[in-house]
Amino acid sequence: MKSGLLFFIQLFASGIAVGCLYALIALGFVLIIKATDILNFAHGEVIMISSLLCYFLMAKYHFSFLTASLVTVLIAALLGILTERVVLRPMLGEPIFAVVMITIGLSIFLRSMAGIIFGHDNYVFPSPFPKEPIHLAGATLSMTQIWVMICTALLVFIFFIFFKYSRMGLAMRGTANNQETALLMGISTKRIFAMVWGIAFVTAAIAGIFLANVMVVNIGLTFTAISAFPAIILGGLESIPGAIIGGLAIGVIENLAGGYLDQMIGGGVKDVTPFVVLFLMLMFKPYGLFGKEEIERV
Amino acid sequence: MLATLPLWGNPYVIYLINLSCIAVVAALGLNLLIGYTGQISLGHAAFIAIGAYTTAILSTKVGLPFWACLLASGGVTAIVGFGLGIPCLRLKGLYLAMATMAFGVVIDFVVITWGKLTGGVRGINVTKVSIFGYPLDSDNKMYYFLMVLTILTVLAIKNLVRTRIGRAFIAIRDRDIAAEVIGVNITAYKVMAFTISSFFAGIAGAMYSYTMGYIHPEHFTLLLSVQYLAMIIVGGLGTILGSIFGAVFIVLVPELIKAIARASEMLIPALKGKYDEEWNIAAFGLLIMIFLIFEANGLYGIWGRIKTSFKNWPYTY
Repeated sequence: MKSGLLFFIQLFASGIAVGCLYALIALGFVLIIKATDILNFAHGEVIMISSLLCYFLMAKYHFSFLTASLVTVLIAALLGILTERVVLRPMLGEPIFAVVMITIGLSIFLRSMAGIIFGHDNYVFPSPFPKEPIHLAGATLSMTQIWVMICTALLVFIFFIFFKYSRMGLAMRGTANNQETALLMGISTKRIFAMVWGIAFVTAAIAGIFLANVMVVNIGLTFTAISAFPAIILGGLESIPGAIIGGLAIGVIENLAGGYLDQMIGGGVKDVTPFVVLFLMLMFKPYGLFGKEEIERV
Repeated sequence: MLATLPLWGNPYVIYLINLSCIAVVAALGLNLLIGYTGQISLGHAAFIAIGAYTTAILSTKVGLPFWACLLASGGVTAIVGFGLGIPCLRLKGLYLAMATMAFGVVIDFVVITWGKLTGGVRGINVTKVSIFGYPLDSDNKMYYFLMVLTILTVLAIKNLVRTRIGRAFIAIRDRDIAAEVIGVNITAYKVMAFTISSFFAGIAGAMYSYTMGYIHPEHFTLLLSVQYLAMIIVGGLGTILGSIFGAVFIVLVPELIKAIARASEMLIPALKGKYDEEWNIAAFGLLIMIFLIFEANGLYGIWGRIKTSFKNWPYTY
């Protein structure tokens, strides 16, 4: 094979692996937006806190990887329910600006608390996955990347089943569709909201644990959630398939741009491309690929 | 009393007041955009950065005099604000918040990458200046100038919101479609709000770089945008007095926390050395949440209640 094509395949494959992480993060955002119309700016903090928590459970208290992950996921779920109860419930029915601002307040609060509790050092996560890379159709992928893809696919499948067939999932879709009608049908929307926040924080925790495997664990991990914004805009704010496709697309675009443009401009293109995509998307198609256009009446 | 303060005041207090003045100017600009026009912006730090860097570059590399730099900073930032305002016309709510946030990230990237002009991650030094042969080389001298500038800004905005333009802004905030129906040109006024708001951010940025004498990309992160949001929320959205209260309050919060830390160290010796800059940032987050949940009108609302209860004393109503 030509080396140019090989280079492209390599970039594409690792782009998909990164994109799976973006998709996981975007999924957490979209779940909350769909059910409650809130964009949770504190999502990145949950990701960062879970990866730090998982690291400390393993390094300090010698948990195995699986138990540490389970405990982290549980704590994240509790944190989600607590957040909904304490911070978001008093804001029901408030204008959108106030709700956005309160999640921003929550985010910087959580970030600095994490800084106080966990410190500002960089940690290297004791990855449980084997180090040898795997060669697949000309591309080289690490075991971690393979596992990220498998887990994302699995989670998406579970969510699909959950929303399609389970009673709780149906209730959530009903609430997302129309809160008042859902209330009339005897669905406790308060409990649904708490559940949604719990589930979204669980996806954040899973994303955080995988991020810990591929990146240096420190407070800066919060930034990964901001880089998932372009993914949700690309896919449309209320669409779960949109989040997955948007995540994958942003991962690939970012990697290709980084691979080809970095030599020309010199460094950092990879981090800024998603935002350029976001900006273009907002200008030309603000509701994304799968989002629903809002019709306003006075 | 404020006029004679530099003669007897503590230099650190003067420095804090200078910082508050700069914050008041930028917060007024942001409040015009968010509090009056209802357009959420998470990119205010980027505008301040543009103003600060314009001044730094023009005064150090080109050697322009002070007035030219100040006006150029305001002008350049206003043009960028105009440029951002146009693509943002279609967006509102969450989408606008994300677009302005992305704008902040892009500006940060440009500042760091364009090292030849901005000094990149090494930062850039700003030369001290003089106006009409009178050097502004100390905090004390800066103090008078900043006071005048702040008062001018307050007067400008206060008069602006009373005019046709200000009423149009408020109409757009309350219901943009209804505003359009009664004949407010939404396009023009939204772009105008962005432009005016960024003009004041640019002025504040210029003053910031003169006061600090050294600027660095780290000064203008998303955290700064959030701090400005905290100012206008804590102070009171859509009020002038609120922006002033909020800006001064947020500048003083770190001092307040330091004082609390010192006091608690004295009471409980075990806490010694536990103080961390992070507590300041945690306090910003907590303040935003507390004010939004319990006192949506901010300090301005509290101030209004205290005033009415004094006026009506001894009756409750």
